[in-house]
Amino acid sequence: MVDPHLLFEQLFNGVQYGILLFLLAAGLTLVFGIMDLMNLAHGSLYMLGAYIAATVALATDSFLLGIAVALPATLIVGIFLEVVVLRKLYDRGHLDQVLATFGMILFFNELVRLIWGPAGIEVPLPSVLNQSLTLFSIPLPIYRILVIGVGLAVAAFLYILVVKTKVGMLIRAGASNREMVGALGIDIKKIFTLVFGLGAALAALAGAMAGPIFAATIGMGENILIQVLVVIVIGGIGSIRGAFVGALMIGVIEILGRSFLDDLFKLFLPVNAAETAAPAAASMLIYILMALVLFFRPQGLFPARSG
Amino acid sequence: MLPSRETIVVIITFALLAIVPFIASITEVPFYLDLGRRMMILAIGALSLNLIMGYGGMISFGHAVFVGIGAYVIGICTEHELVNGFIQWPLALLACAVFAFIFGAISLRTRGVYFIMITLALAQMMYFLGVSLDRYGGDDGLPLAETSDFSGLIDLSEKSSLYYLIFVLLLLCLWICKRLINSRFGMVIQGARSNEARMQAIGFPTYRYQLTAFVIAGVMAGLAGILLANHTEFVNPDMMHWTRSGDLIIMVLLGGMGSLAGPIVGALVFILLEEALSGITEYWQLIFGPFLILVVLFARGGLLGFLEKRQSSEDDDG
Repeated sequence: MVDPHLLFEQLFNGVQYGILLFLLAAGLTLVFGIMDLMNLAHGSLYMLGAYIAATVALATDSFLLGIAVALPATLIVGIFLEVVVLRKLYDRGHLDQVLATFGMILFFNELVRLIWGPAGIEVPLPSVLNQSLTLFSIPLPIYRILVIGVGLAVAAFLYILVVKTKVGMLIRAGASNREMVGALGIDIKKIFTLVFGLGAALAALAGAMAGPIFAATIGMGENILIQVLVVIVIGGIGSIRGAFVGALMIGVIEILGRSFLDDLFKLFLPVNAAETAAPAAASMLIYILMALVLFFRPQGLFPARSG
Repeated sequence: MLPSRETIVVIITFALLAIVPFIASITEVPFYLDLGRRMMILAIGALSLNLIMGYGGMISFGHAVFVGIGAYVIGICTEHELVNGFIQWPLALLACAVFAFIFGAISLRTRGVYFIMITLALAQMMYFLGVSLDRYGGDDGLPLAETSDFSGLIDLSEKSSLYYLIFVLLLLCLWICKRLINSRFGMVIQGARSNEARMQAIGFPTYRYQLTAFVIAGVMAGLAGILLANHTEFVNPDMMHWTRSGDLIIMVLLGGMGSLAGPIVGALVFILLEEALSGITEYWQLIFGPFLILVVLFARGGLLGFLEKRQSSEDDDG
């Protein structure tokens, strides 16, 4: 039988991974929903954030300073991309957007390889964060608890920003009718730039926090990007709430699938077959879930624009 | 009537491709032969993608998955010592048809950006499946012990006969595409791209037509995969990676989406650019990435679109 301690520990890891996914998904789903822009380069911003944070942290021996530098630096890169390239693509088809942002991915991967070399960077944690809390005799790393805390704070901040503030009102208005908001004398371009910059900063935050867990590597952005796309499709494009629920779902399923699917398969398959089939099935799980969601609810679980 | 510029481009392209083996043997650079084969194989892949993307408006971001499935069937058959090409090849094409049917049936329920993402996700799912198939090499891939055996009819391990086989198959695919696009079927597909509701209103079950097109494109991409497996004598999950699907999209757009021969020109230019740029610097994608962005921003319609535009403006003048 499955060890309940292990189950709880992996559930915890799943939630923590889901939070990382949420930080990326929140920015991407806003950009998607509001500007109808398919931005594949979102993963590159995540990678950039991870590398900048890692470099600064290693140079200054301060993990916090790393994050403090990575966020504004990536925000500036993001705004630069928006103003110079992406702004011209809002009125184009998705195909043009896919191709241009694909070009950005190639560029950034190569740039990172040029600057930091092909090997990844391991990011050490400050000793304060490198400990574990023990809960019911289960060790929970403080750092991961912190990541979850930051993620929840960001979620609350985004909720208040989008639902309760004037800027949020403009964001939502811009999403439902771009031209009308423009006609009412509001500079919608500025709002878009702001949202894109916010998304870039969140991606950098996710990258900086992922550094100590996964290490900063070239291509880290693409691997997680696909999972983030799954998250926002399941959650419903443009919906922060959907992104949050979707991210937690995907995070937990992904981690639990990898840990326990072979045990599950052993219940009704011979041991050998279970051990071969489980890793394959585990890596396919979230895509199957996405296909099912799209099949029954093509607009995702929380359609942002109902009606 | 003079032949159109597109026809001239096609004739020149195939004439050049036809003499590559001679150039390779005169200059004693067998690499040209290798390069030519790779170009033509990718051209078949790009042609098949253009069928659904250019003419059908279905932007699949997972098309390389069918290249991978075709290649993997050959690899797995060879691993089990089934090397007879008369069995391997139909099996691989059939597998592609089945997968394309399933993936198409799921994806075509969605539209727009959802379609892009679901095709991407399904392909990525197969990529991870390939990575986890330890029996067949997993991440490292699977070397093929020998090429497909056509019992003396043609020897694929002989590099120039493989070259001409690919050459003939590319011509065949181009011909099939031409026939398809100008047929009633092709008209329905293109009609559905411009206005799906109207096509349905006049009585065409567009979903079925689109699914058929998706399957045809999948099988054709599978053919590219079969050839690729025989060309490299190696299969690996990377063939299905989403960046490979991105490459195919780039080829179609470079050449000119929705023009018949555009994808072939696009594939050729793509490989040549890759070779030329990586000759200049190891970090060639530093140049290629921004180049793509510039193409998107300023060169809509691709190379052939550019030619056609010039031709039509000249025609207007005359």
